[in-house]
Amino acid sequence: MNSLALFLTVFVACAVEAVEALTIVLAAGVTREWRSTLQGMAAALVVLAVAVAVIGPALTLVPLTGLRLVVGALLAVFGLQWLRKAILRASGYKDLHDEGAIYARQVAAANTAGRESRRGVRDWYAFTLSFKGVLLEGLEVVFIAITFGANQQNLGLAAAGAVAAVLVVAAIGVAVRAPLSRVPENTMKFAVGIMLTSFGVFWGAEGAGASWPGNDAALLVVIPATALVALGYVALLRRAAAAGRATAAGVERSAA
Amino acid sequence: MTRWLRSFGAFWYDFIIGDDWRGAAVVAAALAATALLVHVASVNAWWLLPIAVIAALGWSLRRATSGKT
Repeated sequence: MNSLALFLTVFVACAVEAVEALTIVLAAGVTREWRSTLQGMAAALVVLAVAVAVIGPALTLVPLTGLRLVVGALLAVFGLQWLRKAILRASGYKDLHDEGAIYARQVAAANTAGRESRRGVRDWYAFTLSFKGVLLEGLEVVFIAITFGANQQNLGLAAAGAVAAVLVVAAIGVAVRAPLSRVPENTMKFAVGIMLTSFGVFWGAEGAGASWPGNDAALLVVIPATALVALGYVALLRRAAAAGRATAAGVERSAA
Repeated sequence: MTRWLRSFGAFWYDFIIGDDWRGAAVVAAALAATALLVHVASVNAWWLLPIAVIAALGWSLRRATSGKT
C-alpha cells in the first residue's frame, strides 16, 4: 500500500469518528457550558495520546508476521461489524446515521440533567459527556491509525492522517457551530467498512502464512471485490424488503 | 474489582466484536484453517479467508433481517 492510500484510508475513517465526537462536544458545549466541555475533551485527548504513545511503539517491536495475523484478524472482525451495519442502513433495515437527530437527543438529555460541580470542574455532566464522547470515538481513531500504521511500518504517516482528519473536522465545526449533518457519513462509513474488511482479510491471510498472487497488487482486486460483494448484498436485501412489502400489501388487499 | 473487570471486558467485546460474535468466530476459524493448510499441507490457501468473510457477512445479514421487511 503506498503512502497516499495509507493516509487517505486513515483520514476518511478518522473523519467519520471525529464528526460523531464533534456532535457530542457541541451538544454539551452549547447546552451546558463550554469550559467544562473543553476540559472533558482535553482530558480525553490526553488519555488517547498516552494510549498512542504506549501502544504504537510497542507494536513496532512485534514481528511483522505475528502482527499481521493479529491485526488482520482484528481488522477483519471490526470491518465486518462496520460493513454489516452499513449494508443494513443502505438497504433500509436499520435507520441511517443522522447527526442532526443525535444532536437533538443529546441536547434534550443535557437540558434535563442537574448541575453539579466536582473535582474542580464546574459542570460535571458537561465534562463527562464530552470526555466519554471524545474518548469512545477517539478509541476507534486510535485503533485504526495504530493498526494501519504498524502494519505498514509507518506509524507517523497514519498518525498524521488521523490528526489531519480531527483538525479538519474541528475547524469546520468551529466555523459552522452546528453538527455536520451534511457530511455523507453513511457513505463514508460504507467505504470505511470496505477498507477495514479488505485490509483485514489481506493482512490476516498473509499473517497466517499465505502469499497473495501479485503480492501487494492483490489489494487492487480485494478492495473492489469486497465493494462489489457489499453492494450485491445491499441489492439483495432491498429486493427482499420490496418483495416482503408487496406480499404484505397483497395479503391486506385480499383481507379487505 | 470483579465488576470493573467485567465491564472492561464487556466494553472491548462490544468494541471489537459487536452485535454478532459469529463473524468473529468464522474469521478465527478461517485463519486457523489457512495456517494449517499453508504450514501442514503446503497449500497456499490465500482464498480461504475472503470466502469465509463473504459467507460470514451473508450469514450475519440473513440473521439480522430474517422476519423483517
